[in-house]
Amino acid sequence: MFEDLKLSSLPRRRLMSAAATGALGAAAYAAGARADVRIDITRGRVEPMPIAIPAFPGTTPESTQVGKDAAAVITADLEHSGLFRPLDPKGFLQEMSSLDVQPRFTDWRALGAQALVQGVVEGQPTGQMRIAFRPWDVFGGQQINNGKAYGTQPENWRRVSHIIADEIYTAITGESGYFDTRVVYIAESGPAINRLKRLAIMDQDGANHRYLTDGANLVLTPRFSPTAQEITYLSFFRNVPRVYLFNIDSGRQEVLGDFPGMSYAPRFSPDGNKVVLSAALNGNSDIYEMDLRTRSSRRLTDNPSIDTTPCYSPRGDQICFASDRGGTQQLYVMNTDGSGQQRISFGQNRARYATPVWSPRGDLIAFTRYAGNDGNFYIGVMKPDGSGERLLAQGFSVEGPTWAPNGRVLMYFAQSPNGGRVRLYSIDLTGYNQWEILTPGDASDPAWSPLIP
Amino acid sequence: MKLRILTAVAVAGLMLAGCSTPKKQEAAAVAQAQTQTPPPAAPRGPAPDSIEYFNTVVGNMVHFDFDKYDVTAADQGVLRGQAQWLNQYPARTVTIEGHCDERGTREYNLGLGDRRANAVKAYLVSLGVNASRIKTISYGKERPTCVVSAEDCWGKNRRGVSTVQ
Repeated sequence: MFEDLKLSSLPRRRLMSAAATGALGAAAYAAGARADVRIDITRGRVEPMPIAIPAFPGTTPESTQVGKDAAAVITADLEHSGLFRPLDPKGFLQEMSSLDVQPRFTDWRALGAQALVQGVVEGQPTGQMRIAFRPWDVFGGQQINNGKAYGTQPENWRRVSHIIADEIYTAITGESGYFDTRVVYIAESGPAINRLKRLAIMDQDGANHRYLTDGANLVLTPRFSPTAQEITYLSFFRNVPRVYLFNIDSGRQEVLGDFPGMSYAPRFSPDGNKVVLSAALNGNSDIYEMDLRTRSSRRLTDNPSIDTTPCYSPRGDQICFASDRGGTQQLYVMNTDGSGQQRISFGQNRARYATPVWSPRGDLIAFTRYAGNDGNFYIGVMKPDGSGERLLAQGFSVEGPTWAPNGRVLMYFAQSPNGGRVRLYSIDLTGYNQWEILTPGDASDPAWSPLIP
Repeated sequence: MKLRILTAVAVAGLMLAGCSTPKKQEAAAVAQAQTQTPPPAAPRGPAPDSIEYFNTVVGNMVHFDFDKYDVTAADQGVLRGQAQWLNQYPARTVTIEGHCDERGTREYNLGLGDRRANAVKAYLVSLGVNASRIKTISYGKERPTCVVSAEDCWGKNRRGVSTVQ
């Protein structure tokens, strides 16, 4: 059924093992106090911070190439966050030829840069590479922090670049980053009336793309485990739509639970030990929780309606879900034992609310809204009590938001009318900063991984 | 409609032929030959116990309103025909597919398609078809028959399809 494949999911701590964090051999630069280069992303719309990211110089031809590519990856990550405006390297006046070069701050200020990323890539006799960086506050004329260095195999340069982008993001915003992450999604091809759908996985920026299944079976709605290299998803294997577990490293997959009819809409609990899902019996869908250790399931809702798309709160103490028990599909929240079911969305003009996903920060629930007066679909967020609704993205068909692990960015898919293109987009909570995620073909049902451990 | 137009053309052709003397006798001969042969038997259609008969004569499809799953009055006759046929051929089994239009979300549409398939099943069971002969499957919005984003097309996609085996 599935292609055999192995993905390298190198733990971050192994990348770091050879790293000399802290002192980077440049003792001349005392670590200043935390500089004043700071973006407050809790404000509404943020003016992106001008930042200069020159190519990291290398010590060998190979490391020179890696240094150029690393700077490009870091630049793209920071730009796509909407919080940074990387400056065009063509205008750079100073060549940052090594980590020992002291920035000429007047030159960088003249370009309007507020921050500068200095780096280097050193080829080692062992064949390893050492990638180091140091962030500067251009106006304050001091380091933002000591920077870090990573010793790694050359082929890991891209992951190290994302990790460095996360470090810079964190240094300047005070929030954890989300660039060293992956996305699992459904790759679509073929005619709309008989679509071929495959599980696929890629880095958050679309790189390192791989197919996980061969398309022999219709597959939908993959979701990442928060703790393991595992995905839960829906497959129509043998013409029975059921929830499966898929191990990314081994390719092994198994059916989850023993439901008499269709099971669907799975999602992991934050501790990775449970999966909550819908199971249908005689046309009625209810929500069940499966314990992955005991393989026992318990029913959480018992209502003659479609109760579906359950999703845990980040603390694992509540579940939001969608139900049409009130006549149209709306959002509800309940305790994890099924008690205290409470409606939180009240769509005007028959607007439906669907696919709730709880922010990793716990403060918001993202959703799809549709079938209101104008017929459009929307991606929006509301507080877990239903207040403070904000719509972030709109289209003929936009659907299925998934959170970046820092709770600041959403990814979703958008479909054009008449069976047109289907693609993934990211948008931040301001609703201003929308990007298409480049995929080899049509793409839907994205799910963002946690930060790779 | 196309057939009727062709017939009209053929008739016009015959009339034109009638105006041209050399063809006149030929046309008359054809007309005579037709009156002499015995009337042809009714066109041979699919055998009444065949899947083709079920699909084309009985009717294998019903449709639903937006976000609804009740069998419409118009479609009850189709399902009565299906039940009658299934009762007549008890060796046949049926799988009912529930489908939705694109104006709903993926998972909800799976639930809605399941509801639609089960609504058809319940109707057939109420007319005496044994439930053990009926399977259901929901395809949600995954298998449209029509991909124009307009109500006419969405209405075609909101369907229950009975596939007999």
